Amino acid sequence: MHLSLLIIACLVLLPMSSRAADDGYGYPIPGSYEATILGTPAGLMPELTAKMNIRQLVLEVIPGRHKPPVFFYDEGLRCSFAYQNKKAPLVFLIAGAGANDRSAKMLSLMQGLYQAGFHVITLPSPTHANFIISASQSGIPGELTEDAADLYHAMEVAWQKVQGDIEVSSFNLGGYSLGAAEAAFVAKLDEERRVFNFRKVLMINPPVSLYGSATRIEELLKQIPGGPKKQGIFFNKMLSKFSEFYRAGNFVSINDDFLYAIYSERLFSREQTAGLIGLTYRINLAGMIFASDVMTNSGYVVPKNRVLHGTDSLTDYFLVSTHLSFFDYFNEYFYPYFEKRRPGLTKEAFIQSLSLRSIEGYLKSSAKFGVMANENDFILTGPELDYLRRIFGERAKIYPRGGHLGNLEYKDNMAYMVGFFKEQGVRP
Amino acid sequence: MRTVTGYAVCRIVTALTLMLTLAGCAATRAHTQAEVRPWHSINEFRDQRYAEVADPWEGFNRGMYRFNFYFDKYIFLPVVTGYEFVTPDFVEDRISGVFNNLSEIRNLTNSMFQLKAAESATTLGRFLTNSTLGLGGMFDPATRFGLARQDQDFGKTLGYWGASSGPYLVLPIFGPSSLRDTGGLAVDYAISYGLYTAVDPFGSTGNSFAWDAGVTALGAIDARHRQSFRYYESGYPFEYNVVRFIYHEQREIETGKAPVEEEEKAKSTPVSE
Repeated sequence: MHLSLLIIACLVLLPMSSRAADDGYGYPIPGSYEATILGTPAGLMPELTAKMNIRQLVLEVIPGRHKPPVFFYDEGLRCSFAYQNKKAPLVFLIAGAGANDRSAKMLSLMQGLYQAGFHVITLPSPTHANFIISASQSGIPGELTEDAADLYHAMEVAWQKVQGDIEVSSFNLGGYSLGAAEAAFVAKLDEERRVFNFRKVLMINPPVSLYGSATRIEELLKQIPGGPKKQGIFFNKMLSKFSEFYRAGNFVSINDDFLYAIYSERLFSREQTAGLIGLTYRINLAGMIFASDVMTNSGYVVPKNRVLHGTDSLTDYFLVSTHLSFFDYFNEYFYPYFEKRRPGLTKEAFIQSLSLRSIEGYLKSSAKFGVMANENDFILTGPELDYLRRIFGERAKIYPRGGHLGNLEYKDNMAYMVGFFKEQGVRP
Repeated sequence: MRTVTGYAVCRIVTALTLMLTLAGCAATRAHTQAEVRPWHSINEFRDQRYAEVADPWEGFNRGMYRFNFYFDKYIFLPVVTGYEFVTPDFVEDRISGVFNNLSEIRNLTNSMFQLKAAESATTLGRFLTNSTLGLGGMFDPATRFGLARQDQDFGKTLGYWGASSGPYLVLPIFGPSSLRDTGGLAVDYAISYGLYTAVDPFGSTGNSFAWDAGVTALGAIDARHRQSFRYYESGYPFEYNVVRFIYHEQREIETGKAPVEEEEKAKSTPVSE
């Protein structure tokens, strides 16, 4: 979702100290929030110069799917496909929460793997509107087992579409953030279905518990004055600050110089930075809530039975949906839906099921997994990080910093990921 | 103050438009099931509205946004793809350079309209350097000499002299704009048309109309080729709102009009106003 990120990226670029700890790891940004927002400076990314053979697949995953008129532009699940002209291993990649097949991080990963000789197919996150509209059976995303089944089906459809055009030596799987947790569940399903027999599966910055990680992201918004329900006031204030800063300086346009000045002059405080990350997340979540509500006609934010059209204003729905927290979604919409379908399901048991812990035995026993994580990723607690170390042992690569996904495009990290898929691993 | 009144007028127009639309809906959808109030609605939040832009013609604008999506899909992008297919990257970049250089005339006239002497001198310097040393703009030595490009247009000039942006407007093919910027666009085109007619570069070819049309078409294709934005590509259900906000805010900031009244307006305005 690069559009909403763009607003925030403009607002948020922040001060970082240039002093890096001397631990042999060259990623320069020490703070967790700062790394998350700034990502990797262009000079520290690997050189990705190969021109990709790439095309977008628009897949009819659920034949005859009814799509409400407000989503008239959605013509099917959009996946990106980069292909080699010779026999090569294929990697499926699953995007993080709210991201589509063309998010900046997806494209970097795709390019890195392509350059190393892989075919790549990227899929949008099951929480992205496109997936909810075109590929989700229930239209209600977030349940890992069901999302994994939807993803698996989408991968099969994608594979049917391209298998005549390429030669594949093995199938592999990767995902970042929420997509990493989903990859684990997809791999588990593959053990039964055996369509792909994934050779290697890489989880990049995974959450351990979805509920736990969402709770920690929600906490970021608590740091703004008045709490999350005053996000509008906060947003307007940050925007004024941003434009005030532009007016006061002698800037030509909103360009790199301007953004760098915001960062070097410490325009935003640590709390404000946290608030802006939290707000970006809310803006993403809003797209998921709205799309799901419209697809299921649940009457959550859109009146039940209202048929929205392409020219209707959605502004109020935007404001309402962005004011809803993950907990609102969970308690009022998500859990009740599954409780109705599975009588006797307690909230605690449900939360437990949305966690890597629920498939711990499998993760421990399978040699195909690898994990890449960061010490200071704010979606994980200390005990959760230890849990990853314990379950995956040497297969877990933990970097000292990088926040949440901030170092994904750093050259060492890219080399690690490519190396992981290249490794002559044993087939378990 | 003028903007506040303008805003109020816009809101009334919006309300009227909505009422009319809703009346229309009620008539056409009488046979469908009755609507039920949703769990959450705008009235429960006590917060400021945000990322909002005055958009009284939203129905029309969204229609135009959709039109542009289809226009791109069936006409514009296939042509651009064909152009990219037959033209080597190197040539594409030289063509972009030439059109970029020609648009320095717009930058120059407008920085002069804003009485910005230093900026005008820089832009003039760029134009002269790139037209000669840069072989008609195919190359950009001026930037290397420290003459940075400063984009200007008549919309910004109007903003500079105090005109507010007016309502948001999505133009066919051109895309996101505002009432003010649309006027500005017309003036910029009129000026370049006037200059072009005076110079009449293809007058001696005997078939100047075909040449003029060809150059105009190539300019449009080059512009779309350089613009990576695709309508609805994000798939985000509120993309229209996000694009509207970013367009508006960037123009406001770059014309030096920060949202000053925001804070006072905010204190008294709940989301559910």
